[in-house]
Parts: sequence; C-alpha cells; structure tokens
Amino acid sequence: MAKPKVAIYWNASCGGCEEAFVDLAEDILKVVKAVDIVLWPVAMDFKRTDVEALKDGELAVAFLNGAVRTSEQEDWAKLLRRKAVLVVAFGSCAHLGGVPGLANLHDRKSIFESSYGSLPSVDNTAGTVPQRTTRVPEGELELPEFYDTVYALDQVIDVDYYLPGCAPPPNLIMEAITAILSGKLPPKGSVLAPAKSLCDTCPRNETKPEKLEIARIKRPHETMLDPEKCFLAEGVICTGPATRSGCGERCINANMPCRGCFGPTEAVRDQGAKFLSALASIIATEDPAEMEKVAESIPDTTGLFYMYSLPSSLLTRKKTATK
Amino acid sequence: MTKRITIDPITRLEGHGKIEIFLDDRGNVARAYFQVPELRGFEKFAEGRMAEEMPRITPKICGVCPTAHHMASTKAVDDLFKVEPPRTARLIRELVYNAFMFEDHALHFYFLGGPDFVVGPQAPKAERNILGVIAKVGLETGAKVIDMRKRVRNIIITMGGRVIHPVLGLPGGVSRGVTKENREEFAQTAKDAVEFARFSLNLFGDVVLKNKGYVDTITGDVYKHRTYYMGLVDAQNKVNFYDGDIRVVDPNGKQFAKFPARDYLKHISEHVEPWSYAKFPFLKAVGWKGFVDGEKSGIYRVAPLARLNASDGLATPKAQTEHDRLYDVLGGKPAHNTLAYHWARLVEMLYAAERMVELVKDPDIMGAHIRTLPTQTPSEGIGVVEAPRGTLIHHFKSDARGIITQANLIVATVNNAPAICMSVERAAKGLIKDGKVSDGLLNMIEMAFRAYDPCFACTTHALPGRMPLEVEIKGPDGTLIERLSQFIG
Repeated sequence: MAKPKVAIYWNASCGGCEEAFVDLAEDILKVVKAVDIVLWPVAMDFKRTDVEALKDGELAVAFLNGAVRTSEQEDWAKLLRRKAVLVVAFGSCAHLGGVPGLANLHDRKSIFESSYGSLPSVDNTAGTVPQRTTRVPEGELELPEFYDTVYALDQVIDVDYYLPGCAPPPNLIMEAITAILSGKLPPKGSVLAPAKSLCDTCPRNETKPEKLEIARIKRPHETMLDPEKCFLAEGVICTGPATRSGCGERCINANMPCRGCFGPTEAVRDQGAKFLSALASIIATEDPAEMEKVAESIPDTTGLFYMYSLPSSLLTRKKTATK
Repeated sequence: MTKRITIDPITRLEGHGKIEIFLDDRGNVARAYFQVPELRGFEKFAEGRMAEEMPRITPKICGVCPTAHHMASTKAVDDLFKVEPPRTARLIRELVYNAFMFEDHALHFYFLGGPDFVVGPQAPKAERNILGVIAKVGLETGAKVIDMRKRVRNIIITMGGRVIHPVLGLPGGVSRGVTKENREEFAQTAKDAVEFARFSLNLFGDVVLKNKGYVDTITGDVYKHRTYYMGLVDAQNKVNFYDGDIRVVDPNGKQFAKFPARDYLKHISEHVEPWSYAKFPFLKAVGWKGFVDGEKSGIYRVAPLARLNASDGLATPKAQTEHDRLYDVLGGKPAHNTLAYHWARLVEMLYAAERMVELVKDPDIMGAHIRTLPTQTPSEGIGVVEAPRGTLIHHFKSDARGIITQANLIVATVNNAPAICMSVERAAKGLIKDGKVSDGLLNMIEMAFRAYDPCFACTTHALPGRMPLEVEIKGPDGTLIERLSQFIG
C-alpha cells in the first residue's frame, strides 16, 4: 500500500516551525518511514509544479505554518487546500496570525514608509519602494503583492485542525501525526492540544491564592521575579488564565510569564478580551479612578494581550476610515 | 534574443528567494538579480510595544537564529533602560550565546553546506544531503552529530526555557540563575563540544583540504570577491560574538573603521531597490556604487570568514591555531574566497566551544545576583551581537514610559545581501556560457550562496538539508524553453 503523502509548507513565518519538526530528532525517522513527505521546502526538494501535478485530494495532510501576508502565500495556501484532504494550521502564525499579526496595527503604506523611508539607516532620497513589476535594462522583474492585512490561515482557506504554539512542542506534533495516521481524529475544527488553561497545569498553580487580588501591575523588568510564585499573584502580567495549556510551561520554567502563544482556551473566541476580563476580576479595587490607574500601568494592552492573536481576534486589525 | 533564467523557489528565512538571470544575445550572463519577495514589517509594529517585550517579540523574525535576535534586543533594552547587567548575568548570556553559535554552525556543516564537500558537488544529487554524509562518515558519526547538537541546545533550553525563541533576557540581566547541577552538566557538554569541534576540523582537513580539486574550487575565481569585511572585536581586536566594537577592514586587510555599535548610523546606510523587499546595506564613507566589489564600492561582507578577516584572530588557543592554519593555506589575510566561509565556520565553532568551557569555569557564573533593576528613565538603546550569519544591530527609541517609538534593525543576513547578489551573478557568469545550462551548474550556483549559510533561508538549519532549486529558461515572450531541477544537499 502506498504511504500517505504529506506536505509541509511555510508562509509568513520565521522558520521556527520547521525547526520544531527537526527537533523531533530520532522521531522524524519514524515519520519518514510512515509517510511520504512530498513537499518540505526547508528540508527537501520541491517544485510548485510537482504539487500542481498531484490530483486534488491526493495529499493526506498539509501542515501549513506562517500567516498570510502576500499574494504568493495566498496562492500556495489555496493550492495546498485543493490538493490535501486535511489541512492543519501549524503554529501560532497560521493558527492565530502570530506575532507578525501585530502588523495589523498598521497597513502597507505605513510599513513601506517606515521600512524604505523614515528609518534612520535608509538612504533613499529617490523615494524608491518595492514594486510589483520593475523594468530593468535586461527585462522585467516581479514581486508578489504585499497586503494591507495579515491573515490567519483560516481567514484565507478552510482549515481542518490547529496545532498551536510558537513553535508547537515535539510531543504535540507527534500526537497529531499519530492521530492522523490512525484516523482517530477529534471533530473538525479542533485544536490539537489540551482543553485546559495554562494555569491548570502550571507548576506555580499552588502558589496562586484562592482569591487572586492585585493592587498594582508590575512590568517584568521592574521587579525581581520570584522563581516559584504565581506571576499574577506578584502583580506581573501572565496571560496563563486566558491561554491554552500544552506548551510544557516552557517560559514559566525559565521564570518568565506567559505571553499566550497557544491561543485561547476552548470555546473562547477572543484571547485578549478573555484575559482583560480575567484581569479586571482580580484587580483589588472597585473604585473607577483606581481602576484607571491600574490600567494605565499597562501602556500597551493590545501588544500584550493580543501578542499572538490579533488577526484572529474580534479586532482583526486597526480600522481606518474609508477614503 | 534575451533569455532569462529564473531560479524559483529558493527556500529562505522569511519565505522565498528568487534569482533572475538575464542572458545576452550570445547566451552569456548579462545580469543576475537576487530578489526577496517578502516583508513582515517588524520595525513598524515594534512601535507602541513595551520595550521590555522586545526580546520576546524580535526573535520571531527568525526561528533558527532566535537567540541572536533575543540577545541583540536584550542588550538594546539594557541600553535603553540605562542599566548594566551584573557580571553573572553577562556570563550566563554569553554562555547561552556561544552554545547557540556552536549548534548552529555545527548544523550548517553537517546538514547543509558540508554535503557538497563530504559527499561531493558532483555526487548523485540524491546523496548530496545529511544521509549521504552519514553514509560517507558512518552512522556512529551521524549519531554523534545529533547527540552533540541536542546537548548543546539543551543549555539554551535550560536557561531560556525554550530553544526556539528563548526568553531569559530582561533589561539588566537574566530571568534565572545557574544551579550546581546545571553547571556540572554544562561543563561536560562544553568539554565534549571542544572535542567535537576538533573532530569536525579534522574531518574537513581529510575530506576537503586533501582533495586538490576542492582546494582549487575554493581558491578559484568563480567564488571570489574583494570586499570590505565587518565583525565584532574585543579590546585586543579578537573575535567576540557577544560584545565589543564593530571593526571594518578594507579589501587589503587594513583597518578601515572601528566603532561602538551606538555609532552604526555614521557608518552604515541601506540602499533600496524597487525589485526586492530586502534592503542593501553599504559603508557610508565609501558609498553605494551598485553591485560591484573592490575598494571603491561600499559593499562589505559579514559572517564567519568576514569576522576572521576583520579581526586579529581568536581569543582561545586551539581556535587560534586553526585560524593560522586557514590563512596559511589561503595565502594570507584577508581571504576573499567565499567557499572558505565553510572552513571559517568550523574554526568559529571551536572558538565557541572553548569559550563555553571558559565561561562555565568562571565561579561567578553561579552568582546569585542575576539582575539589576533599572532606575532611570528609558530613552534610546542599541544592542549588537555577532549572529552566526553576521553583525546584528537592534536600535530602539522609547518614550519615558518605555514605549517603543522607533525600531531599526540591521539584520545579519541582510548585510550580506549585496554580496550574495554578486556571488550568485559571478557564479552564473563563470558557469553559464553560450546559453548552455548544465545540470551540474545548479549545484554550483547554489554553492555560491550556500557558503554564506543563508539564513535568508532558515532553511539551511533543517533536516535533511536539501534546498530545492529550479531553473526555468524562458524566451522573451515568457514561453518555457527548458526547465531543470534537482535536489541540492
């Protein structure tokens, strides 16, 4: 019997999700034994034409990492959707938009103006910006379109499953692959990670008081971080209550608070809003003026509460007036 | 009739790279363009973020060299908050950093760049990869490579929580200290790493340097550019990955500039082309003269060979010996041979291992004082490190609350972008004649930029390390004349 065909591809990503596959170490050999990887640009030969030549649905599964920011990435996502029975949004960027999704606080114009204009090292008095097509003496050069907006994968194509994390840890990757190979899959649309919140599995959970109350927010650099106590109990923002578990508490192990890369817990649409409401409930004051003061001590709630999930949130992006 | 050759896709750090080669009427190369078809805009969306979060946000630029971005940002926010980390924190950072340099360099040699030599540039393409390397050097060595990489990466996991996007750095220090058990483990790992690096250099000596054909290729004209070189050096002008001044030497090896990172804007500018999303850095004092080499062109190179060229050597004894040997064979300093980057990378790997041993030995690494809390009003900060792929500068400005108002990043591989364009063009010119494109050409072109360990391919750090290369020859009307493709080791 022919082995199932698998594709691994990246869009607007950093390569960390590719490293996550590599960090399977010995297990990657088991994977290679069980499946035929027919596309993995980071590690194997591939041609777009090879993928195009596959029958629709010939791929058992396509793992796509990275957000979608350019026309080329959208094309690839659509091509792989056609060819694959299952599409797994792999990693925070495909799942939620990821850190590069914070670019939705801006648009193409402002990014170009900064990147090719106002930044202090740029030498560009001619005002050159990258063009879709450029006439050079020898011919014409093309670039893909850079969109105004960063999209999570399911905003561009239909997605079957989500593997969360920046990057997903090896054990969850292996579990997902095993589930796919054995056909023992949860309902479509599931996130392939525990349903609990990070707090539920956090080794510091015991130090979290029954009723969490904080009077003042401290930014991580403003205070010595106790290596054993609940960050929130210490007044340090940790998005654990609004974040899905399954990461292995790896940032906590380094004595740093969670920033939410695993996305919202089950049945929560908007991770940032969820955290905001969790935070509001633990601030030890009813006085609106005091409340305001506490809020002011977090000068960038968007960046902090939506560090990984802005494109997939209810906010999606900064809204601009129609011109 | 103009023909063009499109090399697309080349897998790379932030999506894809593309090479367009235009042929003249006689079928020789008129011009080659290396294009970066992606941009993510990190500098813009860093604005408005809290400065202390930069070490957690900027690593997302690259999941293969996240430790480089993490450290550059951490140092930049030290500076922005005007706080000096305690000695223990500095030692821990430098230890993690050298562990990172080691595993990253090792991976490139065994999985990516090495197969071209260990297996051979003319070997069957299916063998030109890590599996071919293992077949050649034996399973035992393969297991050794995997084990060594895992243990060295574990130093980063232990201290940084994670090896993909570690989180230890905070303005003024690190988030956790080294325990006695950690130190014992790290000491053994570092010691083994030194032996492993020496083993790797011996392997390179046996496989490459004893092969005249390889040596001729390395020293030949197709892979050669006389450029300026840049790298971080300590007070004795020795290479340092974590800290120091930026030193630039001219194509004759004479010091051209030496400056602290905070002065980078006086020395470096970035040129913009309409056909690439990447920018092209150059030395301000020389100026942008297009994609040409020599003294009169501001193009400079970074990363292993450039670092050795820009220094007076290495600060550890075994690595220094290997440094001397390299320049003896290549005929003196500076060496302009692009393929010698592979060799320089192994010399640096040995330095990183020796440096790890020194750092672990330092009793202060066990110190309890790992952070200094900032007390001053934040304003502006610049951080620099040597990433595996070159000098990396993070520059932030903030308001009084520590909210970023401007971010400017000079990313390691980008420094080499102009040189990579030239290297690809030169290889293409040397290899494509009269419109004839042979199968072997593809790997030779690939080798021209693989030597830089193109983190414009995060690519290069993955198992089993093949890069796809497809060449399309099109007529002026766009019709496909010929398509060639192959696995590249």
